[in-house]
Amino acid sequence: MKAVCWEGTTKVEVKNVPDPKILNPRDAIIKITSTAICGSDLHLYDGYVPTMKKGDILGHEFMGEVVELGSAVKNVQKGDRVVVPFTISCGNCFFCNRDLWSLCDNSNPNAWIAEKLMGHSPSGLFGYSHMLGGYAGGQAEYARVPFADVGLFKIPEGLSDDQVLFLTDIFPTGYMAAENCDIKPGDTVAIWGCGPVGQFAIRSAYMLGADRVIAIDRVPERLQMAKEQGKAEILNYEEVDVGEALKEMTGGRGPDACMDAVGMEAHGTGLEGFYDEAKQALRLETDRPTALRQVIVACRKGGTVSIPGVYGGFIDKMPMGAAMNKGLTMKMGQTHVHRYLKPLLEHIQNGDIDPSFVITHRMKLEDAPKGYETFKHKKDNCIKVVLKP
Amino acid sequence: MELTPQDKSSEQSPESIEAGDKERWASLIGGGAMVLMGLRQRSLRGVLMAVAGGGLLYQGAKKQSTLKQAQEAMGLNQPIKVEKTVTINKPAAELYSYWRDFAKLPTFMKHLESVTLIDSKKSHWVAKAPLDASVEWDAEIIQERENELIAWASAEDADIENSGFVRFKPAPDDRGTEVKVVLEYNPPGGAIASAVAKLFGEEPEQQIGDDLRRFKQLMEAGEIATTEGQPSGRE
Repeated sequence: MKAVCWEGTTKVEVKNVPDPKILNPRDAIIKITSTAICGSDLHLYDGYVPTMKKGDILGHEFMGEVVELGSAVKNVQKGDRVVVPFTISCGNCFFCNRDLWSLCDNSNPNAWIAEKLMGHSPSGLFGYSHMLGGYAGGQAEYARVPFADVGLFKIPEGLSDDQVLFLTDIFPTGYMAAENCDIKPGDTVAIWGCGPVGQFAIRSAYMLGADRVIAIDRVPERLQMAKEQGKAEILNYEEVDVGEALKEMTGGRGPDACMDAVGMEAHGTGLEGFYDEAKQALRLETDRPTALRQVIVACRKGGTVSIPGVYGGFIDKMPMGAAMNKGLTMKMGQTHVHRYLKPLLEHIQNGDIDPSFVITHRMKLEDAPKGYETFKHKKDNCIKVVLKP
Repeated sequence: MELTPQDKSSEQSPESIEAGDKERWASLIGGGAMVLMGLRQRSLRGVLMAVAGGGLLYQGAKKQSTLKQAQEAMGLNQPIKVEKTVTINKPAAELYSYWRDFAKLPTFMKHLESVTLIDSKKSHWVAKAPLDASVEWDAEIIQERENELIAWASAEDADIENSGFVRFKPAPDDRGTEVKVVLEYNPPGGAIASAVAKLFGEEPEQQIGDDLRRFKQLMEAGEIATTEGQPSGRE
């Protein structure tokens, strides 16, 4: 089959590789009909996530048709149309039982690597480094899905791939990030990053009752999407001092909840931005936490900080004094995708949201290298790329 | 029930002997503390033997001294000791009964080739070594408490002299069972030394930890997570 392989920093190639096989009784094989490039794939593309190996198959946002089932999978049939959560979860451990699916104890065969870095291992993920399982990803014609009896979600007829594909990651991720804002009546939520997760977070914050949503970015078309599709107020951080602007917009209080939907490759301005870029380039700092620093300083006293943006390692100059003295609550984590599949599908079916609004580019799987390049440099107003095998 | 020397010296009823025996095991394996920290420089084997009582002291003094000589010859003063604990979301009884069927251990203990039961206490262990070689030993259960504990020691002619125990302890509330393995082994000298080094690797704790993780996966998820055999752009 054809698959998108990571071949080194900023290098992906579409290669012919063997088809996946059933390896365990709870496995399934999916023939992929749609797959997307995620913003977090760019962290791999840019070489900032450790334990990638040349030849690793990328991709964790994919859906398709079941073509083969392991002996223990009884609740889905061949031919079923399914979406696949990007987190791999056993459904039986302490964490899965408590709806904390991205913390599954049993899905990472390389847990020892993660334990060395983080003390404990989160769940395995598709196509996201050997530290997080080393599983082949879904930017391919076929994929093997472990724990398929809990890891496949059947899609009812009448919904297109474009409408349901983002249930695999970015819609639940934006939604959980908004839930983590602990939104109360009258609340203002400020969201750093108007990429696909930020866009879903804006929509989700309103669904969860936010009074106002303020979106922060520097890319004009992303701000425009936030304003037009998301009905958010917008701030361009290259044009205004975000902290001051947010204070003025909220009567001096600051936003009740602030969200970092940017993560480890934030673009800073001025000396601080230069500092982080230099340190990250020299591998003295794994992550550039510009957005996170602003989020903490901008948030109102006693407010909530929500972090859906991905961090991989260590950060510098964390304003812990601000977080502590302002009594902030910080909520974060990889998305517990399984928890959100059913309720968010219902939102789609009810017409509350059509997730296809984020798609700006559609390409063939073969054109993935161009897709990565376009997405990384935000060329051609690129916000979201969907690949068709 | 075998009596330890101090038990013999006083006249105790069987009940109080039983209670004393339980206490000694409890002090060895109990609590959340690190067993090996408590043992410090003492040999786990010696402690297990002492706690298990006089009946097994046949392996005592003589064995200890030959071992000591071997270690000194190799320039080693310390046996290798490992302690690892994992919490498994299953009742102790279920975990105990899987583990007690030693023949099944190679399912999750990566370096074991086979375990053959000789009788209810004795078993023969074969572990994989490089170049199609293997290391073998007989082991004997020196103490067992249903759903709680299995302690063992290798017999005299073992390629790798080893001893240890696995303990199953209910975790608080509904958190399942804490499974602790404490293991001590003496790296042998001579030709098989390097084979054994390879077998247990440079980080024996990680290997025991990985074995325990595979046991947990098997018990909780019904299978061991793997990516072996999946496609990549490397072939």
